[in-house]
Amino acid sequence: MTVIGDILFWLVGAVAVLSGAAVFWVNSMARATYALAISFVAVGLQLLLLDQAYLGIITILMMVMEMAVMAVYMIMYMGMNPALMPMSMVHDKRLSRAIAIATFGLLAAGIVLTPWPSGSPLQVDDVTLALGEALMGSKMLAMIVLSPVMVATIVAGVSLSLPRGRYDRYGDDLQRRRADDPQPGGVGR
Amino acid sequence: MTLETVLLVAAALFSVGLYGAISQQVVVMVMMGLELMVNGVILAAGAFWWFLSPEPTGQVLLLVIIAAMTVEMAMGFAVATLGHRARGSDMTDTATELKE
Repeated sequence: MTVIGDILFWLVGAVAVLSGAAVFWVNSMARATYALAISFVAVGLQLLLLDQAYLGIITILMMVMEMAVMAVYMIMYMGMNPALMPMSMVHDKRLSRAIAIATFGLLAAGIVLTPWPSGSPLQVDDVTLALGEALMGSKMLAMIVLSPVMVATIVAGVSLSLPRGRYDRYGDDLQRRRADDPQPGGVGR
Repeated sequence: MTLETVLLVAAALFSVGLYGAISQQVVVMVMMGLELMVNGVILAAGAFWWFLSPEPTGQVLLLVIIAAMTVEMAMGFAVATLGHRARGSDMTDTATELKE
């Protein structure tokens, strides 16, 4: 790793941590969302520094989209202009801060005191190709497990957030002949 | 950039996220804290793979963590929607019956 790489690492690392802290420090939710997006982009850049081109880009793209969705949710649920309304909704602030600092101290002590095996960073010609081959070869089980989990997430997400499910429409035993809808009509009715 | 320095940054991210997850009252803000914690885990896993893994297939673990984060986000929003519809608020303090 060159000196420029080191400087870049510390710079991006500082941005990641400080913007992560800013999420809970700024006084509006819109700003918190942007701060979190910046933190994620910084972590994505750090993954790029670790030579994970594919996963770094995925992290950046996915998180920017996710934060856009998050901003929409906040505007929906807070019922106000989140960019303009200062707010502070916390409980046990001092205790939480103490727990967070103690956790960092514990983790940092573990990181510094552990005798990590010394080895030079991995030399791989094409990291993305290696990931693809692993997913379609020896590590296919991970992909096989992830796929149904994703489908289950979609189904569970839709059924949780539905305003009226089939039990509301057709009764608890699903025996009602006509659906009980607040607005009659629709296809085939 | 060494393994220790990357892990320290990851630990800082994890701790900041932990503070948010414990202290915030709005469900979406709690989710932001959890996201920051997973963010730290992603960085730590990337560092472990880069500095310690003897083979390139170890990065599959990162993909699994990113997928877990996506699932957490989707389910969190679904539960927030359900809670908001049931109670008209998205505060964690009003969802105490989840304990029972």
